[in-house]
Amino acid sequence: MAQTIDDLELENPLVEGLERLPVHPTSLVIFGATGDLAHRKLLPALYNLAHEGQLPERFEMIGVGRRDHEHEEFRDTALDSIQHYSRRGADPKVLEGLLNDMRYIQGSFDEDRVYEELGRTLVEFDDQAGRTLNRIFYLSTAPEFFPLIAGKLGAAGLNEVENASTRIVIEKPFGYDLASARKLNAQLLDVFEEPQIFRIDHYLGKETVQNLLALRFANVLFEPVWNRNYIDHVQITAAEDIGIGGRAGYYEGAGALRDLVQNHMLQLLALLTMEPPTAFDANRLRDEKLKVLEAIVPPEVDQVASMALRAQYGPGTVGGVHVPGYREEPGVAPDSRTPTYAALRLHVSNWRWAGVPFYLRTGKRLARKLTEIAVILRPVPHVALQSSGSVGIQANQIVFQLQPDEGVSVSIGAKIPGTRMRIRPVNMEFRYGTSFLSESPEAYERLILDAMRGDATLFTRNDEIEALWGIIDPILNAWDEDTTSSIPQYESGSAGPVQANELLDEGTIWRRL
Amino acid sequence: MSEDVWAKQDTDPDEIEAAMRGLLFRRHAENEALIPVRVLNLVVIVDRQWRGEISNRLERVGRYQASRTVLCAVEEGRTTLDAVATVHYEEPDAGGIGLVREYVEIDLGPEHLAAIETIVDPVLAGEMPTIAWAPHGHSDAVMRMLPLIDVILLDSDDLPDPLEAFARAKRLFGRAYVVDLAWLRTTPWRERLAASFDLPQRLAALRRVARLEVRHQELSAASGLLLTGWLASRLAWEVEPLVHEGSRVLHGTARRAGGDVALCMRTYDQDAPGLAGVTVTGELGSSLSLQRGDGGLDAEERIFDGPLREWKILGASRGEGGILGEGVRQALLRDPTYNPALEAAQELCPR
Repeated sequence: MAQTIDDLELENPLVEGLERLPVHPTSLVIFGATGDLAHRKLLPALYNLAHEGQLPERFEMIGVGRRDHEHEEFRDTALDSIQHYSRRGADPKVLEGLLNDMRYIQGSFDEDRVYEELGRTLVEFDDQAGRTLNRIFYLSTAPEFFPLIAGKLGAAGLNEVENASTRIVIEKPFGYDLASARKLNAQLLDVFEEPQIFRIDHYLGKETVQNLLALRFANVLFEPVWNRNYIDHVQITAAEDIGIGGRAGYYEGAGALRDLVQNHMLQLLALLTMEPPTAFDANRLRDEKLKVLEAIVPPEVDQVASMALRAQYGPGTVGGVHVPGYREEPGVAPDSRTPTYAALRLHVSNWRWAGVPFYLRTGKRLARKLTEIAVILRPVPHVALQSSGSVGIQANQIVFQLQPDEGVSVSIGAKIPGTRMRIRPVNMEFRYGTSFLSESPEAYERLILDAMRGDATLFTRNDEIEALWGIIDPILNAWDEDTTSSIPQYESGSAGPVQANELLDEGTIWRRL
Repeated sequence: MSEDVWAKQDTDPDEIEAAMRGLLFRRHAENEALIPVRVLNLVVIVDRQWRGEISNRLERVGRYQASRTVLCAVEEGRTTLDAVATVHYEEPDAGGIGLVREYVEIDLGPEHLAAIETIVDPVLAGEMPTIAWAPHGHSDAVMRMLPLIDVILLDSDDLPDPLEAFARAKRLFGRAYVVDLAWLRTTPWRERLAASFDLPQRLAALRRVARLEVRHQELSAASGLLLTGWLASRLAWEVEPLVHEGSRVLHGTARRAGGDVALCMRTYDQDAPGLAGVTVTGELGSSLSLQRGDGGLDAEERIFDGPLREWKILGASRGEGGILGEGVRQALLRDPTYNPALEAAQELCPR
């Protein structure tokens, strides 16, 4: 449709109809630029964005790290990252263009010199561009450095800039518990305004996670049954077949609850149970998530044992290979009480969900790698069809699979061909690979672009963070206080501890991994 | 990539469809992790002597392969149907799925085109959109297939006269959704211009454009006109036919609120089809120029009283294979800005 000239005063008329929305010129500063996340995810994601022409017209990158590198050495490291981990083969000219102006600043994050040099380099980039570029500080560091770096950026006057936007991106974990999360939020908000802070949870950048919203709110088919009247229970599973690898230092302090439940799994629960937002914008979406998170009543200390279970993997066999138990892993204390498995039974106390149990489980060294949300509907009220010789009618299930394949399946009862009315469940499957021509972008590509655009829809707000910790904190406290009871052990390569069955209502079983 | 093949001479559509179903059934029975892709059908009508070139182009679209491709190769003098049906698949990783794509090639004669829809219809996979592409003409056959198809893929750069090409696109637009490869060649340029003028400092200048120059490869005049038409339609310019200035330049004037815009389209020597560059100049002499280069676009900006700034905007060329793939992918989307741009481009064509 043709524009009128009056429209031009309000908005950019060239954006209509385009798939890729504009991104303004940006300088991106990665703290921890020589770390694992930058190596495996951030630098390859930036290359892919460059390859597809999605980076802003002016894009500059500065790496900050403690390793002693010259600019050239850092570029070589970045080249290696891109060549190993990019989802597409590198175009030499694009690669050269991306790496050419990449800078590296070596130093400890507490050194004023680092921030002075950073400030000078950012101004140099602005001068080259003839305009002030937006600035993003991406903290890909250990969490103890978040307040330090934010404070130093503030002290150096880098927390804001005239005529452009400044944003800070924080990787998880956002705090260690509710108190530390509140403290971290306060420290960040001392330097930055909330709209400047982008707390990244890469699960929210996954297509299937966003598709939860599409499936719920773009189809009339599901919403009528999306409530306590039709849904029996929900199981959210994040199973890994690997152990802790070389991350004992991190994992001993974190454990399964902090590693996956407090952030990713509760975010999934929020998206699954929230009310429809009036519009798909950052604050309205996050308002609805917050409401439902606040409706999850945290347990009292004496209720924890009946609604939460922790366990550790013992020795076992995974993929035909014998593996050690958690307490035998290098760097792990032989008497460690850190859980590598956690299962919870939660309730959302609102009109829609009252009485529906939500079962969450996550663990390492389980039988297979699988992340899914299974919505199990109530059984039909009267069974007239079932006859012997079949597995019979089973409750419908809607399963959102996030890993290893992304997709959705709906199980329905169907008649087995033959003369008798015998029923068995069959699946209607939707797989991204078979239903779309495009491949899903890496979550980090989407999220980095969103941060550059200033779109916080898929990032976590401070009050959400505190609500998430508010659910988990009592469980952590109860587990910390209990220093004597034994921690259940499960065999590596198994489906997890049998004690997890005790969390389930009678007649309910965990889905097979 | 593995494949199963069925072939028969002097066959009929029902037999071809049954063969496809059989190939899929057997493949799935042997490995239930092999799943047919179900996104869209692509029907291609080609002259048989050029089908190799078209097959090569289709192979280069990479991941944007249609789920089921039905290639009808028209051969002079032929009176019977010969067909080859193939299912291509990749063996899945453990626990994963393998995608199966289907390819049917039917050799037919010119007389069959009079009832082409009755040959194609039984061979299409159901419950998914169908896109038709006839790169060697055969417009009557496309018209006959209109009841079967949702999207027509065409290339306005294919015809030597853009006016004729745009008239064709406009005629078809009311009958099915049109995906124009000439339009898709402008996509990175439209995205880049939209991003460049999204900056508050430049957004205001959009209202005071004084001159627009679009540079295009010799055979891509339609792309150049569509880009110009897009800017005209988005910025509410009134346009009139451009006039020739020698064999390589078109020029003219558009009217906008508060002034005129000098328009210039210039043929540029480059191998790759599509656009070569664009320069937007404001009333006060500021200009932004984007020029195709290695590894992206070479940008130049001159603020009226400031220095000339040059830099590189990164991005890899998609190539013609990528353009065709994008055309297939666009069949699933709808671009509301194409038709207004097409109408403006029609107005701009020299008479």
